[in-house]
Amino acid sequence: MKFGVVVFPGSNGDVDCYHMVKHVLGHDVSYVWYQDTDLSGLDCVLLPGGFSYGDYLRAGAIARFSPIMSSVEEFANAGGLVMGLCNGFQVLTESGLLPGALLRNDSLQFRCQWVDVRVEDGETKFTNNCRKGQVLHLPIAHGDGNYFADPETLERLERNGQVLVRYCNPAGETTRESNPNGSLNNIAGIRNEAGNVFGLMPHPERAGEKLTGGDDGLYIFRSILMSLGVPVA
Amino acid sequence: MPQEKNVMWLAKIIVTLKPVVNDPQGLAIKGGLHSLGFGGVQSVRAGKYIEIVLEAADKADAEGQVDAMCDKLLANPVIETYRFEVQKTE
Repeated sequence: MKFGVVVFPGSNGDVDCYHMVKHVLGHDVSYVWYQDTDLSGLDCVLLPGGFSYGDYLRAGAIARFSPIMSSVEEFANAGGLVMGLCNGFQVLTESGLLPGALLRNDSLQFRCQWVDVRVEDGETKFTNNCRKGQVLHLPIAHGDGNYFADPETLERLERNGQVLVRYCNPAGETTRESNPNGSLNNIAGIRNEAGNVFGLMPHPERAGEKLTGGDDGLYIFRSILMSLGVPVA
Repeated sequence: MPQEKNVMWLAKIIVTLKPVVNDPQGLAIKGGLHSLGFGGVQSVRAGKYIEIVLEAADKADAEGQVDAMCDKLLANPVIETYRFEVQKTE
């Protein structure tokens, strides 16, 4: 399997993604420069966290127009797996590959902490290594993670089961206190209708080894490998 | 009268969050104003102000270009609305 990690000016989670795939999972991975357009040979494209273009104007707004994003759209429309992490999620909403938008955290504070998220569906390309209702312990680090969509879009997302992870307490209850940023319906991550594009604010790529505080991120990455036909433990 | 070429236009653009979108910055500013003693403040909405100088054949052309800029980049139609005015400049 071969992963690609897109590098925008201002990305800072690219090395974490690379490390997760290459050294933790032992699969092939390469960086893809934002001015390139070639994604051939890749099975999964990762849009990393960071502050692409300094978050100027809106987080993800300018990265969306970099040359690589046309290729990412083509790749996604052809059914390729795309996962956007944090800033990558913001880029996916700005580009229209995922619905909604990510607003300033309701606290106005940058939130750098560990959170719990509940897996809402254990059958998707990104969560098939999880149980439905499983609680994952993952880090977040963002100032603009407050998920918003208009009422019709939100209703459609819920009806289609496109919400894959929700902020919750350790018991798996989606409380106001467990919501770190004010996201509607405690939404931490959503997929597109086709199911091959996933965006989330938490950082599974930073949770691959116990040494760093937890390894629940492996569930997400193992799910991707399984949906690509790689048997995992 | 010599034909005007390369006319420069100044666009003043205001981008605001849609009324249905919660504005935590506005709420924080409101709290600040209240603590300064401006008790009459009922609501605050924060937005962006952008000035663009551009070259265009005429006012309609300039307005068309600015409208497209707002649609494509300057505003996110999911959460924001925009308005602008265009005037001749040096």
